[in-house]
Amino acid sequence: MSAAMPVTDRPDPASETRVRPPDTTGPRKVGAGMLDPKQLWRALPEALRKLNPVTLVRNPVMFVTEIGAVLTTALAAVHPSLFAVLITGWLWLTVVFANLAEAVAESRGKAQADSLRRTRQQTTARRLTDWPAEHAEASYREEQVAAGQLRRGDFVVVAAGELIPGDGDVVEGVASVDESAITGESAPVIRESGGDRCAVTGGTRVLSDQVVVRITQEPGDSFLDRMIALVEGANRQKTPNELALNLLLTMLTFVFLTAVVTLQPMAVFSKHYNAAAHNTAVVNGNGVTGIVLVSLLVCLIPTTIGALLSAIGIAGMDRLVQRNVLAMSGRAVEAAGDVNTLLLDKTGTITFGNRQAAAFLPVGQIPARRLAEAALLSSQADETPEGRSVVAFARDEHGLNEQDTTGAAWVPFSATTRMSGVDLLSGRCLRKGAATAVAAWVKERGGTVPPALDAAVDQVSAAGGTPLAVAEHDDTGAPARVLGVIHLKDVVKPGLKERFAELRRMGIRTVMITGDNPVTARAIAAEAGVDDFLAEATPEDKLALIKQEQAGGQLIAMTGDGTNDAPALAQADVGVAMNTGTSAAKEAGNMVDLDSDPTKIIEIVEIGKQLLITRGALTAFSIANDIAKYFAILPAMFGAVYPSLHALDIMHLHSPMSAILSAVIFNAVVIVALIPLALRGVRYRPASASALLTRNLWVYGLGGVLVPFVAIKLIDLLFVQFIPGI
Amino acid sequence: MAAWMQALLVIAVVVGLHVPLGDYMARQLDGGRHLKPERAFYRLCGIDPEREQNWKHYLLALMAFTVMSIAALFGLLIGQGRLPWSRGTGGMPWRTALHTAISFTTNTSWQNYVPETGTGHFVIMAGLGVQAFASAAVGICAALALIRGLVRHSTEDLGNFWVDLIRTVFRVLVPLAVVAGLLLIGLGVEQNLGGNHTVTTLTGAQQTLIGGPVGSWEPVKLFSGDGGGFFNASSAHPFENPTAGSNLIEIVLMLLIPTAFIRTYGRLIGSLKQAWTLLAVVGILFALLLGAGALAQSSTHSTVAAAVGGQTEGTETRIGVPGSTLFGVSATASADGAGAASYDSFSSLGGGVLLAAMMLGEIAPGGTGSGLYGLLMAVLIAVFIGGLMVGRTPEYLRKRIGFGEMRYVVMYALVAPTVILTCTAISIALPQDGAASMGNPGPHGLTELIYAYTSNTQSNGSSMAGFNGATDFHNGLMVVAMLLGRYVPIAFVLALAGRLAKQRPGVVTVGTLRASGVNFVTLATGAALILALLNFLPALALGPLTEGLM
Repeated sequence: MSAAMPVTDRPDPASETRVRPPDTTGPRKVGAGMLDPKQLWRALPEALRKLNPVTLVRNPVMFVTEIGAVLTTALAAVHPSLFAVLITGWLWLTVVFANLAEAVAESRGKAQADSLRRTRQQTTARRLTDWPAEHAEASYREEQVAAGQLRRGDFVVVAAGELIPGDGDVVEGVASVDESAITGESAPVIRESGGDRCAVTGGTRVLSDQVVVRITQEPGDSFLDRMIALVEGANRQKTPNELALNLLLTMLTFVFLTAVVTLQPMAVFSKHYNAAAHNTAVVNGNGVTGIVLVSLLVCLIPTTIGALLSAIGIAGMDRLVQRNVLAMSGRAVEAAGDVNTLLLDKTGTITFGNRQAAAFLPVGQIPARRLAEAALLSSQADETPEGRSVVAFARDEHGLNEQDTTGAAWVPFSATTRMSGVDLLSGRCLRKGAATAVAAWVKERGGTVPPALDAAVDQVSAAGGTPLAVAEHDDTGAPARVLGVIHLKDVVKPGLKERFAELRRMGIRTVMITGDNPVTARAIAAEAGVDDFLAEATPEDKLALIKQEQAGGQLIAMTGDGTNDAPALAQADVGVAMNTGTSAAKEAGNMVDLDSDPTKIIEIVEIGKQLLITRGALTAFSIANDIAKYFAILPAMFGAVYPSLHALDIMHLHSPMSAILSAVIFNAVVIVALIPLALRGVRYRPASASALLTRNLWVYGLGGVLVPFVAIKLIDLLFVQFIPGI
Repeated sequence: MAAWMQALLVIAVVVGLHVPLGDYMARQLDGGRHLKPERAFYRLCGIDPEREQNWKHYLLALMAFTVMSIAALFGLLIGQGRLPWSRGTGGMPWRTALHTAISFTTNTSWQNYVPETGTGHFVIMAGLGVQAFASAAVGICAALALIRGLVRHSTEDLGNFWVDLIRTVFRVLVPLAVVAGLLLIGLGVEQNLGGNHTVTTLTGAQQTLIGGPVGSWEPVKLFSGDGGGFFNASSAHPFENPTAGSNLIEIVLMLLIPTAFIRTYGRLIGSLKQAWTLLAVVGILFALLLGAGALAQSSTHSTVAAAVGGQTEGTETRIGVPGSTLFGVSATASADGAGAASYDSFSSLGGGVLLAAMMLGEIAPGGTGSGLYGLLMAVLIAVFIGGLMVGRTPEYLRKRIGFGEMRYVVMYALVAPTVILTCTAISIALPQDGAASMGNPGPHGLTELIYAYTSNTQSNGSSMAGFNGATDFHNGLMVVAMLLGRYVPIAFVLALAGRLAKQRPGVVTVGTLRASGVNFVTLATGAALILALLNFLPALALGPLTEGLM
């Protein structure tokens, strides 16, 4: 086997960047994943497994509920009654429903993980020894090893039809690779040595050609392994805000526990004071019965948000996975919601990767058609996107068709000449390229450069375009001359301006990063509607900008794919690496976008915000619920001792026992009712903080006060009052 | 109608005066030059006024000062028989002395003794009087440290406790006491060093009138949030509060400093808008309490009340029902234990309103300094929930309220309900020691008991006088409640301040929750009400609620 591998059928690089135009149809909302009722049923066994107190203790609210359920079970066993059994049953259901919420959220990830696992087949790798060799002509030995034994730094060769055995970088050759196993996208992508397209992922399949890959992973730590662990939530850790919220919920639980425990001596005192009051199943000489006391506690502690908290977090990650984004940690998703500056690369993110011809500007007395024809001829053999766009523009705008150029010599672009062109059989030479290079070419051939060229070049630059000067020289002895300028334009993706305006309403500033000169950058920035730009940016500039913004208290998100993006990706608070990028970039970022769509960062921000809003809204809802529960339980509890308290029974519930049971049932059922909301997230539309607060405060805060009054009354009216003896 | 006019007048005067006083305090309490006498004092005590303290050192200094205060006051009370102007009062029994020393040092001033016979003039002036200034200043010091924590960044320094203490006492409290004292003396509050005068009344009965330094004590008793009276009847006594006019001045004094301190806060954080927002929250809470109290007190539900047209029992006719209600709500809402009527004789729901004002955490407007930090804790909880609701990690004044910050906020919020409810439950579970002190049976007795421990824990000091706190059991339990209720929250406030000061500030965008506007005021008020009162509702149901709904 030789070191130089044949490169055949080089596939079209254009298929590699799949750029989805942003959705521009009116105001968007972050999409929802539907909840299939069957999912609830399927998750039930897992929900029951989660009753294990050792795992439940991580959720203090539900842990206290479970202890309460155990207590009432014991009490119901000692003094069995229908009331005690029903309360006990519903308390257990409360815990099960909470577990169900979490289990359903996890089950979606598990299904995805299973399908990923199926792709992680046992493959055999062809490991190369003595690679790279000292002598180019030497041959290499190849040995068969199991993919699982590959270590970082090994070299393997992968030919068409074979699976890539592990993550790595292509060090030799180029191939088209089917990455559908990871990305779900069936169109093949190009992987080649050197540059920013060298990373390959284990488990993907080489479709054509043959490459040598240097493995960059240790066994068991492949991208696929991490992806499975992530979607499965195997090592899910609570995020900072989740921890803080959990703290608040624990405090509330503790305070209500104190309130309920200390209530008992007061109840005993009151019952003794009013000894004439009858003993009931709710209160007797020993105070409030244990069943009722536990019911009160469970109704007061924030079970609703406590039950749904982890489901909300898991579902948030899941919503990202559904958009083909892998977040390496929940912390990153949360940080995305906090971001206030987005750094966006111009090329590929704000503009389409390729510049397109937008105008031909003749200089001096040159007729427009002559320039158009020269531009067409010089570009006919130019297969770059820019070249093709010149041909298309000449055809569409000037009605010129491709001409016969048999025998012509094509002069390709090079970094030293900074020109390309064609030498026709007739002896006519055409050149197009950077204005300075073309001017020099003309002068060499005895021509003069008219001042109008500079004017045209400046005009194009000022408009944010790239000027390409066009010149010709023929063998008639006349001096070479400049014909005009092709205006190559960066085409801003449609709909971005609206997106950026939306971000501005959310309080997020957009900064465009580009290698262009400031004049061009300003024009494109204005056209795209970004707030700021960084021109002539080097990777170091980018890193410096991030550090400077962070020092000012900004939280930065950015996307990147190249190895030189890695430091900036690592420094940014949210770094989204493109899956097409290098493994260094993927290591450095805290998210990977499998679609490699740079505009997706906007959706990521929205998902992060939606995650927090869902938590906040359900917390407010949960706490506000307590008011109605008090109105149900307090008169029921003490009405027998102090009849005056019946004045609080504004819901006019059937009986004290039915009131307590109805409150407990509501408390359990509301969890199930809110599971879809927890998984989907509350409706989110980009808006300012004050608009969001207005909406969520009234919907979830006021709703949380009112809904339980209606619901508890209905539960009592429609079901509980018909239970005999309650 | 006259009642509402009276309330509106008080509120107008307080709001009007809070602007200049708040601005003055902001100028005097933070930064600026040390005055010559202050320098001399610092040199004398070996204090370097330029050296700032981190939160631990600040707390250490505060606690050291507290321990010294308690010891000094305890000594004075024990040995007061040997002090001048003692009017024949002997040394206090050590248990009562310990309780009294802690009570006045913690700004509670619950009195388990009868002031007329229990304390001499020297103890009042050199002991209780000094602590009235000092304990009020300690609250302001803790609040100043918290403000610095919010304003400063990337530092551990929270100021110097000793400088804050000296400046608060000598630049704010003493001048105010002089002005208000002269005003009250002019209105007829007595001020002398006389002793007991036995006089024969018109009916021929013998009555002992006590002369004493009341006028110098009265203002600081009121504006410090202290509230322990020179007389047992406190501001219901004509020598302390002679007219309806002096009654209004006394109410204004109770509300003035805590309200003005909100303005000071706005000045120091550089946002008067935030000050007005907090004032709106405070105003709504105060209006709710006053409205509920007035409604309960003017109802003619019961037989007697129907006959006389209001809850007049236990009310001074000089002051009347509306004036007494306004005084009571103002006292309990501002951590001041004074009273112009017998709170035990308030209607059940009226007494419940006074209880609620204290259970709210005394944030409307609360005690000196403690009102502000209590309010800020409620605001931080509102900011936390509201911040999540707008999809961002919660922030307040550009500081992130994350796990580390919430830890202290949450623990602060835990203290009062836990201590109040636990002490009440322990007392009532022990019929011999605890419940026997109740002045009434049934729900009203329970109300008295809950009131006693709420008052002690929240550093209020007012009481429902039917309750006998002067037993060994309650004396001891109250000492625990007062110490826990005062210093544990202060420790959490300072710890929070330390954490906030270390942070680097974030940026404000339209995506940031603004802690102002109608929605935020609604959220903060709702959070304060719901979170504070939900804990207490079961206990309240068995006390004032059941009694009042009868």
